[in-house]
Amino acid sequence: MSNGAHITVKTYLTVFVILLGLTALTTGVAFIDLGGGLNNFAALTIATVKALLVVLYFMHARTSDRFTWVIAAAGIFWLLLLLGGTLDDAITRNQLPGELQLTP
Amino acid sequence: MNSAVPAAPDAFEVRAHQFEDVEQQHHASWLGMWVFLATEVMFFGGMFAAYAFYRVGFPNAFAAASNRLDVTLGAINTAVLISSSFTMALAVHGGETGRNKAAIRYLLLTMLLGAVFLGVKFYEYHEKFVEHLVPGPAFRFEGPHAHPAEIFFSLYFAMTGLHALHMIIGIGLLTWMALKARRKRFSPIYYTPIELTGLYWHFVDLIWIFLFPLLYLVGRHL
Repeated sequence: MSNGAHITVKTYLTVFVILLGLTALTTGVAFIDLGGGLNNFAALTIATVKALLVVLYFMHARTSDRFTWVIAAAGIFWLLLLLGGTLDDAITRNQLPGELQLTP
Repeated sequence: MNSAVPAAPDAFEVRAHQFEDVEQQHHASWLGMWVFLATEVMFFGGMFAAYAFYRVGFPNAFAAASNRLDVTLGAINTAVLISSSFTMALAVHGGETGRNKAAIRYLLLTMLLGAVFLGVKFYEYHEKFVEHLVPGPAFRFEGPHAHPAEIFFSLYFAMTGLHALHMIIGIGLLTWMALKARRKRFSPIYYTPIELTGLYWHFVDLIWIFLFPLLYLVGRHL
């Protein structure tokens, strides 16, 4: 049964405080030059952790049945296909002859 | 009334006739909402894909354009939206445990925080109009990146605009739920509407959790 009634207010409060902390962290880290694309990696990793906390606790996915998990996983899978299929084009464009490269 | 189904405390019929019992009905609604949210992932996903494509193509222009956004307001709005998700979780908790008064209180608080978010967003949009950063004939951007910077701002307005539209719809749903709670519609055996509204509100929060770093935090270290 997909029911969040047994998730306590204390759990919600803990998740809330962690989310605020991660927001401060991602903002602070953005101003430090980590170099070599690490800033992007840090920002997206923190965003993914925050998203997981929201889905698992606020959206009760953690206490839901497998069917809910399958639907959530399908959404993420198709999103990754979309982003992957777009990025493999974008990233390899600069290896093509000049007229096929991205120009503003 | 089917004798196998206990009446809700206020004797209002909560089960539609095609379902075996209230639990099955709840499960169908719950799954339906998750399927809807999966389609919403694809809806926003198209814009995230467009963003990824141009960000890879014009990394320096995106960093320069992103620095024109107000990172303080962005961070404050992120905190406001996360707080609204927390109060929403408490509102759903109130509905699930049949405490309709608590549900109303937290729903109103969630609406207030949502309104604060939209107010800050409105102020930011106004600033961008004043600074000629709205794509179109009046767009002005100093330096070599003018054209791709315009692409960044097109994506900025499209993505935050679609997000804000979802917030406005969300506040409408919250109003509806507050009215239901006022009529004491929620009890431990029937709280589906407020629970699904919660899922929707948290999903909108989720989108912003990714929009904030992707739009506001690019190239802050440069």
